[in-house]
Amino acid sequence: MTFIDYYKILGVKKTATDTEIKKAYRKLARKYHPDLNPNNKEAEKKFKEINEANEVLSSAENRKKYDKYGKDWKHGEEFEKAQQQQQSNRQRQSYSNSNQAYSDQDFSDYFESMFGGSKRYSSHNSRKFKGQDFNAELQLNLNDVYETHQQVLTVNNSKIRLTIPAGIENGQIIKIKGKGGDGLNGGPNGDLYIKFSIKNNTTFKRNGNNLYATVDLDLYTAILGGDITTNTFKGKVKLKIVPGTQNGTKVKLKGKGFPMYKKPNQFGDLIITYHVKIPSKLNDKEKALFTELQKLK
Amino acid sequence: MATQDLILIDELCVHYKIELSFFEALDNVGLIKIERVEQNKFIHQDIINDLEKMIRLHNELNVNIEGIDIVFNLLKKEMKLQEEVIYLKNKLRLYEDNL
Repeated sequence: MTFIDYYKILGVKKTATDTEIKKAYRKLARKYHPDLNPNNKEAEKKFKEINEANEVLSSAENRKKYDKYGKDWKHGEEFEKAQQQQQSNRQRQSYSNSNQAYSDQDFSDYFESMFGGSKRYSSHNSRKFKGQDFNAELQLNLNDVYETHQQVLTVNNSKIRLTIPAGIENGQIIKIKGKGGDGLNGGPNGDLYIKFSIKNNTTFKRNGNNLYATVDLDLYTAILGGDITTNTFKGKVKLKIVPGTQNGTKVKLKGKGFPMYKKPNQFGDLIITYHVKIPSKLNDKEKALFTELQKLK
Repeated sequence: MATQDLILIDELCVHYKIELSFFEALDNVGLIKIERVEQNKFIHQDIINDLEKMIRLHNELNVNIEGIDIVFNLLKKEMKLQEEVIYLKNKLRLYEDNL
């Protein structure tokens, strides 16, 4: 167990008065309180540290023990009692002329058996604190968030059934109340924050609820017009190409985009950009025909 | 509004060990809305999460009602900015993919 300098954590001197400790604690708690720092792990860790420091230093009895025994302050009193008992044992043994003596190691075992190595400090301070908030990241493909579905997650060995609403954004965070760490002194459990990392595994580009796609058009269809079939996120659609369609022309397919988050049956649009492909290798006949066309202009 | 979605403030006072005046003060600054049905005062169940946060700020950090109001306004602003950052990051990704 490493020594934690509670005075340093609260930023006070060892000679600080109770008022100074209380003031320092309040100031830091206001800075690092989890409610004021949502999704901030560092602040959460710091808040736990300052609470621990405050619990020790705000109690005159605990502070005295901490000052005297340092990192072993929790067991300090028991340690002293055991030491006194050890001394009396030694005296008894010397009276009985026994060669057996207690080594430091014996004492340590005795101490452990009596109080247990992991004996926990029970706070006199019964103030309730909310448990630690947990953060998790869930990686999904864009396809996965097109429709609302359920998924079972394992967070800190407990299984959580989660409904993932269609249309959730990349980087969006959702909160699941009470699924974080256990509360302190009977306080409420912390919350679980899940950040969605959505990988685009499709040919579409997404911006909010709108999807973007580029569709290649051959030169002749662009000039003369016609019908083409193209992919939307769900299925194919037939599109009418007007004669004289220019390269870069955009058409909007209303309601063929991505589902809107928590708005059932509402969708964004699909914006298609036409990319007119100019033939690069012309045979002699094509070249002759294009030349003829050129002469007509 | 359906009455089954409302929670009696008297019950909340007992549960959270909070005076009725605290709820009234929150109502005065517009942080919560107290619904009155006959002689009873209620709040809507949807604001319980926010209410718990307000109680924690008040009890654990000694933040007064005006302070809670400021904190909530700033947190809302922060949340809005975070949403904007996510939106802009995703938009930027749209152009970066073309590079």
